[in-house]
Amino acid sequence: MSSRPLEKSVRPRRQRSRVSLFAQGEPMIWLTGGGLAVALCMIIGLLLLIFCNGIATLWPAPVPQFQTSAGSVYMGEVTRAESFRSNDEKVRVLQRKLVRTGNYEISGEHFVWISDHDIKAETRPEWALVIERTAWGRFYGFPEGFTLGGDTVASTPEAAWEMFNKHHRAVSERREKIRELETHEIGRVNRRLETARLNLRTVELRDGKDSPAWQAEHAKFLETEKAVTAKFATLQEEIVRLRAENSRYVLNLKTAQGKAVAMPLSDIVRAYPANQLSFIGKAGIYFSRWHEFLLGEPREANSEGGVFPAIFGTVIMTLLMSLAVVPFGVMAALYLREYAKPGLIVSAVRISINNLAGVPSIVFGVFGLGFFCYFIGASIDELFYASSLPNPTFGKGGILWASLTLALLTLPVVIVATEEALSAVPNSMREGSYACGGSKWQTIKRIVLPRAMPGIMTGMILAMARGAGEVAPLMLVGAVKLAPELPVDSIAPFVHAERSFMHLGFHIYDLGFQSQNSEAAKPMVFTTTLLLIVLIFLLNLLAVRLRSRLRRKFVSAAF
Amino acid sequence: MDIQNPVKKKSNRLAEIAAGKTFPTETHDVLKSEEPLLEVSGFNLSYGAKQALFDINMIIPKGKVTALVGPSGCGKSTLLRSINRINDLLSTVRINGEMKLNGEPVYAPAVDVIELRKRMGMVFQKPNPFPMSVYENVIYSLRIDGERNKSVLDEVCERSLRGAAIWEETKDRLNESALGMSGGQQQRLCIARAIAAEPEVLLMDEPCSALDPIATNKIEDLIADLRGDYTIVIVTHNMQQAARVSDYTAFMYLGRLIEYGPTSTIFQNPHLQETQDYVTGRFG
Repeated sequence: MSSRPLEKSVRPRRQRSRVSLFAQGEPMIWLTGGGLAVALCMIIGLLLLIFCNGIATLWPAPVPQFQTSAGSVYMGEVTRAESFRSNDEKVRVLQRKLVRTGNYEISGEHFVWISDHDIKAETRPEWALVIERTAWGRFYGFPEGFTLGGDTVASTPEAAWEMFNKHHRAVSERREKIRELETHEIGRVNRRLETARLNLRTVELRDGKDSPAWQAEHAKFLETEKAVTAKFATLQEEIVRLRAENSRYVLNLKTAQGKAVAMPLSDIVRAYPANQLSFIGKAGIYFSRWHEFLLGEPREANSEGGVFPAIFGTVIMTLLMSLAVVPFGVMAALYLREYAKPGLIVSAVRISINNLAGVPSIVFGVFGLGFFCYFIGASIDELFYASSLPNPTFGKGGILWASLTLALLTLPVVIVATEEALSAVPNSMREGSYACGGSKWQTIKRIVLPRAMPGIMTGMILAMARGAGEVAPLMLVGAVKLAPELPVDSIAPFVHAERSFMHLGFHIYDLGFQSQNSEAAKPMVFTTTLLLIVLIFLLNLLAVRLRSRLRRKFVSAAF
Repeated sequence: MDIQNPVKKKSNRLAEIAAGKTFPTETHDVLKSEEPLLEVSGFNLSYGAKQALFDINMIIPKGKVTALVGPSGCGKSTLLRSINRINDLLSTVRINGEMKLNGEPVYAPAVDVIELRKRMGMVFQKPNPFPMSVYENVIYSLRIDGERNKSVLDEVCERSLRGAAIWEETKDRLNESALGMSGGQQQRLCIARAIAAEPEVLLMDEPCSALDPIATNKIEDLIADLRGDYTIVIVTHNMQQAARVSDYTAFMYLGRLIEYGPTSTIFQNPHLQETQDYVTGRFG
């Protein structure tokens, strides 16, 4: 023992350095650090791509006018530029631009490719007007005049533009009023008639068609029908009146190719002279578009307008899912960790749960459709909603079934996280409780669960992130392209769990791959993705704050 | 376990015990005159195939402090944890033999373990306050009994905290989390929690091993104060501590109770050479 250290020190140095590289762990630091760096780069790159594209989409671009050597004139926003290989032998690689020319009803296309070497002249006309419409996509043209009830009240661009600004707000309000009447008022009237019909049908199913009860109900139904028809006629009249008023205002336009177009003001959602706008003007357009995007309803097959129903549907579905998945996951994990005797069966169950997380989500969708919609939903319909059959109430995709399907999908995440949290509760605490005379359940309720709560919240956060981003199963169990009504509204019973809903993830898929005008929808894909990520981030932030509060309360053990 | 450093004087007993033999306990006669609170007779315990306690026979005298000493792994903690049946929680534990608390059997099939544990308080090696306020910690055993009367709870809380000599430090922060206190305070809080239900016996499993010397001093003073009111069984690694706080000392080795007698005799003039060797630090 005593002389050995001395011997060691006279060993040649070279021998030590042979092992020192790996012994010191230097390469491993670089390897692990490099791994982290690659992962971070990819994630940050993806987020940056989405952020930059998403944030820029709604910024108004200038509108140049191109004159080609072939003599054609195009006007529109440049959306993309790229190089391409030409057939010409002399010039191999050329530049070309994708110009959004709009005016679909005239030209038959939304976008045009223009090669740079074909361009003879490029100008920025002062009065190039960008018009977002309720249908047919964008319109690019010059204001020529303004007609009010058949009388021309302006004939210069300036005067026409002034008239437009003067009248557009009132016309838009009337258009909104018409829409409100068409969707909500008429819907309410229809619902009244439908309720009466269902009552009649219920009586018919119960007492038969010859009973006096049916006669009474039938009389009531006829009365309702009469009242409803009258109300319906008044509404129609009101709508016709508003339409007639709106049709008096017409903006006269001319396209870049010189074709005159008379555009009713009620078709115009937003218009601006793109090349005249100052920075503040552009910012105004930008925020007005964000406002519409966040709070409005979609139009033009979802490629324009807002995504509010989708935001709402996503949030409600995620919350419903958390509400379903957390109690079940926690109960399952509690049994596995606290009650079940460790052994082969428990290990097998645990492995199965972990494997469940690897089942493709579409399989859960198929299961949800078959089990929730067609089996449970159909049974509920037969028991409680027999009068409205063959129209399904719960026997089809809806927000409740979608939430439950996603709850099944995310159940393994919650179970695994909860089990980890439970096993991290020090045994000394359990023993302390037992030593005080606590029973098993008292110990779990008062000591183990509060202490494990932050970990359980982690599971919930992971489940929420997974569930909110899931699309495939939703397509089968209730997410739709356009839902006429929100799943929560002011009509009793307020939460309509059977309604189908819109979802941001599905919306992204729909925009990017199902849209007719996919080139125009593409930028919106980024914006919507950005929104979905922000939304998930906010939901998570909420849960993380809740968790850190719990953690401060229960886990800050200091010894 | 082998003896690391064979004693210089020949000590055949320890070697024979290591080889699997069992000797009758050397119990001093003084103990026969004490009134027993707990009687242990022919008690054996094994974890699966490994036997941890061999034929333990002893009495714990009422109102006195009894220290269990011995080298690591000798079974003193196991014996202590058998008294309130915390060992039952491990599914592999097998037990035979008898234990009686105030004449009532501890290990009978009809015994309600939860009721039994309420008659005993336990303090663990590491302070283990629950993740709740100081107040809730102290009255935990009353809470789980469903006691709702605020004045009773307040009174018990104050009495227990005073009993554990921590009232002055905590009276202004009863509603703060117990997890923010220092280690020594936490341990005294755990003692307050253990005595809140007025147990018949207080079991302490190395209560000072995770504490600094000042906190250890406070706990030892507290044990001295509690002596008489409570019967205390304390497991300790610290010989001086055993000598300072206990009335009786039991020396254990490899699951056997070797010698059991008044602390002063065990430390100054034990009957067996092995005990002498251990308490003077020759092995262990």
